[in-house]
Amino acid sequence: MKAMLETAAPASRPTTAAAAFEPSRSAGTALTPRLLAGPRFDAGPESWAQHRARLGDLPAASLHSGIIPSIERSGLIGRGGAGFPVGRKWRSVAERSRRGAVVVANGAEGEPHSAKDRALMHLRPHLIIDGGVIAARAIGAEELVIYVGSEHGDAVRSMSRAIAERAHRDPAAIRLVVAPPGYVSGESTAVVHYLNARDARPTSVLERPFERGVGSRPTLVQNVESLAHAALIARFGDAWYREPGRGRTRGTALVTVSGPVRAPGVREVEYGVSLAQLVATSEGATAEIGAVLVGGYFGGWASVRDLWELPLDPVDLAEAGLGFGCGLIGLLDAGQCGVEATEQIVRYMAAESARQCGPCIFGLGAMAAALARLASCQPARDDLENLARWSAQIAGRGACHHPDGAAALLTSGLRVFREEFDRHQHRRCAHSAARER
Amino acid sequence: MGLSLQVDPVRCEGFGMCAELLPEAIELDDWGYPIVRDGILPEHLRELAERAVEVCPVLALRLVSPERVRSGLQSRALAPHTALRSHGGG
Repeated sequence: MKAMLETAAPASRPTTAAAAFEPSRSAGTALTPRLLAGPRFDAGPESWAQHRARLGDLPAASLHSGIIPSIERSGLIGRGGAGFPVGRKWRSVAERSRRGAVVVANGAEGEPHSAKDRALMHLRPHLIIDGGVIAARAIGAEELVIYVGSEHGDAVRSMSRAIAERAHRDPAAIRLVVAPPGYVSGESTAVVHYLNARDARPTSVLERPFERGVGSRPTLVQNVESLAHAALIARFGDAWYREPGRGRTRGTALVTVSGPVRAPGVREVEYGVSLAQLVATSEGATAEIGAVLVGGYFGGWASVRDLWELPLDPVDLAEAGLGFGCGLIGLLDAGQCGVEATEQIVRYMAAESARQCGPCIFGLGAMAAALARLASCQPARDDLENLARWSAQIAGRGACHHPDGAAALLTSGLRVFREEFDRHQHRRCAHSAARER
Repeated sequence: MGLSLQVDPVRCEGFGMCAELLPEAIELDDWGYPIVRDGILPEHLRELAERAVEVCPVLALRLVSPERVRSGLQSRALAPHTALRSHGGG
């Protein structure tokens, strides 16, 4: 059977960000291009000249701490997965920035299926830098670090060219740092650790990055999409930002649609569109969809029945026990085995552990091993029972939230695919039987 | 002032001495790593807790004021989805 990871991974598709990025021509329904307005995606990165001709320079009024209330009023939330209010975060750092703060634009998109950050970095680099400059001015930072995952080649080249294009124009010192590959490299303490000591593993120090980060200075680590939104709020205002949105959360969001649809890829939609609309915008499904991975590996599984008409809005998703996370919508073909799909993700997360904390090293390892036995219908007697117990024990016991994510993902899988898990525990799996025929 | 126990998960190597001294507040998981009960440590356990902090061979156990308990370090009281939301730096 073709596994979900293989069918859905961006790497197995045309690999340029632009290809993953092209919106559907037929759609028009759910798309709301704002970050993605501007030149055609196949034209590649928007240049500094194009960017300024289209959007003008940043208003002088946006280049000091007076922008913070506007960012707060906009309701902008972080797009790295945490969903923390951006304005409140800026205020926290600004209050501590007497020693000179640092802004890190976090473009280490470790999520295997997510492509939105790398696509944005490739195609709209100046929007991200604008946002970083605004953040730096707002919090009193003298340095802006653009932190880009080394696996995102197009993004590294585009961001590096963009910094060079405008080098003499920006007050803050801007530098590009290429992050080592890896799922946890983008975790905020790992980012700070890498910038300080070239070690991209999370740390367990008591101070948070906004208290004591890069060079011991207060550090704002902010996802690149969040910063790009701030660049538009600075130009068009918080009321403008809040216009789109079909439900309680206002604004637009980048999402990555992966799995069996005719046009998978990155889209910009209003918060609150439904999965049904998103699938239509992706030119329709090519197979029956059984379940959906919402929000990435830090999100969880939902059955397509539960999700189909639910607004893809962080508030509605939270009420349904899900999360918007990094905006990944991973569709699982109903013909694929949910136990196997869950096993692949947990195996990946176990392998991506920074291997610093016992509960993560041994807990995720044991979960992956039990899942592998279950997936192949050769379980030990207590595997299913142990998985339920471990998934409840592991959260909150690592230096970062990596083990929490794996545990929550597993918990959602055990719930959504409960019947399949039971069949596998009793060695009666429909999928493997079908495969053997 | 009430204090909470906190394990530094990077330092901790699962010696398990803390759980032996303080089974009321610390149990071990299947691999011998401590699971610390949430919340403020009851006053009558304070002395034992201080002892546990002292005997940890890798200095992984601390007594801290509750507001210093960093989410991500022994924060089992977090709602499931609060706990999910710190990857990627917002």
